[in-house]
Amino acid sequence: MNEISTRVSSVAMTTGEQSVPESRRHRARRSLAVARSGRAGRMLVTALPYLWLVLFFLIPFAIVFKISFSESIRAIPPYAPLFEMVDDTFLQIRLNLANYMMLFEDRLYLAAYLNSIKIAAISTLVCLLIGYPMAYGIARSSKAVRNGLLMLIILPFWTSFLIRVYAWIGLLKNEGLINNFLLWLGLIDQPLPMLYTPFAVYVGIVYSYLPFMILPLYATLEKMDMSLLEAAADLGCKPFKAFLTITLPLSLPGIVAGSLLVFIPAVGEFVIPDLLGGPSTLMIGKVLWTDFFNNRDWPLASAVAVAMLVLLVVPIMLFQRYQQRAEEAKR
Amino acid sequence: MAHSATSALMANPWNDPEAQPFIRIQGVSKSFGDYVAVNKIDLDIYQGELFSLLGGSGCGKTTLLRMLAGFETPTEGKIFIDGVDMSSIPPYERPVNMMFQSYALFPHMSVEQNVAFGLKQDGVPKKEIAERVAAILDMVQMGKFASRKPHQLSGGQRQRVALARALVKEPKVLLLDEPLGALDKKLREKTQFELVNIQERIGITFIVVTHDQEEAMTMSTRMAVMNQGMIEQVGSPVEVYEYPATRFVGEFIGSANMFEGTVVEEATDHAVVRCPELDADIFINHATNLPPGAPVVAMVRPEKMKAQVEKPESQYNYVRGVVTEIAYLGDMSIYHVRLATGMVVQISQTNLRHTAEQRLTWDDEVYLTWHPGNCVVLAQ
Ligand SMILES: Nc1ncnc2c1ncn2[C@@H]1O[C@H](COP(=O)(O)OP(=O)(O)OP(=O)(O)O)[C@@H](O)[C@H]1O
Ligand SMILES: [Mg+2]
Repeated sequence: MNEISTRVSSVAMTTGEQSVPESRRHRARRSLAVARSGRAGRMLVTALPYLWLVLFFLIPFAIVFKISFSESIRAIPPYAPLFEMVDDTFLQIRLNLANYMMLFEDRLYLAAYLNSIKIAAISTLVCLLIGYPMAYGIARSSKAVRNGLLMLIILPFWTSFLIRVYAWIGLLKNEGLINNFLLWLGLIDQPLPMLYTPFAVYVGIVYSYLPFMILPLYATLEKMDMSLLEAAADLGCKPFKAFLTITLPLSLPGIVAGSLLVFIPAVGEFVIPDLLGGPSTLMIGKVLWTDFFNNRDWPLASAVAVAMLVLLVVPIMLFQRYQQRAEEAKR
Repeated sequence: MAHSATSALMANPWNDPEAQPFIRIQGVSKSFGDYVAVNKIDLDIYQGELFSLLGGSGCGKTTLLRMLAGFETPTEGKIFIDGVDMSSIPPYERPVNMMFQSYALFPHMSVEQNVAFGLKQDGVPKKEIAERVAAILDMVQMGKFASRKPHQLSGGQRQRVALARALVKEPKVLLLDEPLGALDKKLREKTQFELVNIQERIGITFIVVTHDQEEAMTMSTRMAVMNQGMIEQVGSPVEVYEYPATRFVGEFIGSANMFEGTVVEEATDHAVVRCPELDADIFINHATNLPPGAPVVAMVRPEKMKAQVEKPESQYNYVRGVVTEIAYLGDMSIYHVRLATGMVVQISQTNLRHTAEQRLTWDDEVYLTWHPGNCVVLAQ
């Protein structure tokens, strides 16, 4: 765009106004105008998402950030103001760092953070192990079957997330489908306690986020040039080794994208541990909920949220750095 | 090009009924659904040959190579390499390397790693890999770019890397799918020369797909001309050029003037063909083995025709026309001569002198003549 517009303007300049026939000059002007309106359009297009981010992400975050430095009080809203006029002359700022200190002092928070990361990491790994063969299978299947299989991956999204998680209760509970089936088979003589255990949380997270792993993996695997595998075989490479040396490295962008798409929401997950996990499953999302709604300690909950955000921003930044490097390598 | 010494010693194995072919393709067909890409091909290729496959786009050359490499299973027929039936041998166990028409370079590996890949699979010691890779990259003049990734290379450079990657393993059979198409003339000639050298040094059997007839002519021991999945003719470059077996071959290889006509006289030592297009009959100094009345095509190559201003004495083998077009190619010129019937005949003449005085020019009335041995009669 830029290039075109500069070229157009340089043409208009170098040809000189007098010597240029009327029609051509008009054309040059018009294309200049087109270029200008094009640039405006492009700015509008990029401005919209920024506006969205500022309105619905940055401003709410600033509010949360502000609250996290307040003191909890019994009032509506339940926190003390940050700024106060004293004697009509001093603007007093009361920065309360106690909420953040609390995160370090109370072992609960650190444990919840670490446990969330652990659960998210293991779930991501399990999603990758299950999702990779599925994505591979779909990418290598014939065109006719492929769309059907992709549809099956996307289909669960048509039902509410909450309902799907509730459904797992019916499957996992002591009198649930799985236990009844195993009892009927005679494999066990009393129900396996599955619901309200970490296991149920893993099942719930892996189940819910698997599509987010499969879809980016599928996209990279589907793009891959199959003649590369033929070339590898031709050079004496057995199929499994060709997978390790060719397919796997080439699908790395998909692995990274899928893993982040699973890991990031899983860290902050609240619904799944709340419904499927027992009281012993400590996850930061649940802690936040308790602080906010049960204890009505908005400032502390805000501090938890800010800390969680910082925690999540790190992998996102790593991802962006990785993407940037991949982009640069391509150039 | 470089076959003079060795091939004289080797004698031509394809003429020796005792010789065992190294690659034997027996009644091989390949269909994609209803479409027959390769149709019942029989072909024997001998050790140390540089065998070219020629043919129009989509005639099945790549498909044939892919069956040899093991990426496609023949719908019908069998392939033997070195006496072994290849039906159940996977690509990674075949003594064959292929250079892909699309190059198929590994995008995440450097040039060096691409070329080393095959050697690594064979467990060649590291030091030897490094030496061989460096040597072959030098040969294709890609030493400077060893650490680049494929996407940082030009088309011709990628082609050279693909060639090096296939060559470095020195397999028994090397399948090259248009190996030099993207190279400039100088580099192409040099690489052709290197290919022939390598082939003579280590006795690899090459099967080369090419669109460049000159390349096929200079490099190959034999060539096959394919058309719509079938082989029209197999033979040495001289045989295929001078004695095409079918009209398609005659037209596909080089340029040709085709005169349609019928046999009017047939004897043991000569034949006469009459063409409605021409003023004179065509006299051929050998038998055509066709009965009188048989419809034929008489082919005369442009360079086999001579132009003269006076009417020839002979009652045979001449046509009269007007020069309508001249293409000056430097070493020679090509003239289009229009006959009274409207047919255009092509002749070519080497430009022996600097000046154009001696040459034909536009609107010259000329007689074109040829020797009775320079006409090939093909059944229609
Ligand atoms: N996998 C496939 N499925 C269907 N048709 C195919 C397939 N592969 C090749 N064909 C068809 O088979 C025919 C022969 O293809 P092939 O690639 O062998 O041609 P080619 O002689 O190598 O042509 P070119 O000189 O253009 O490379 C073509 O008509 C092509 O469309
Ligand atoms: Mg091809």
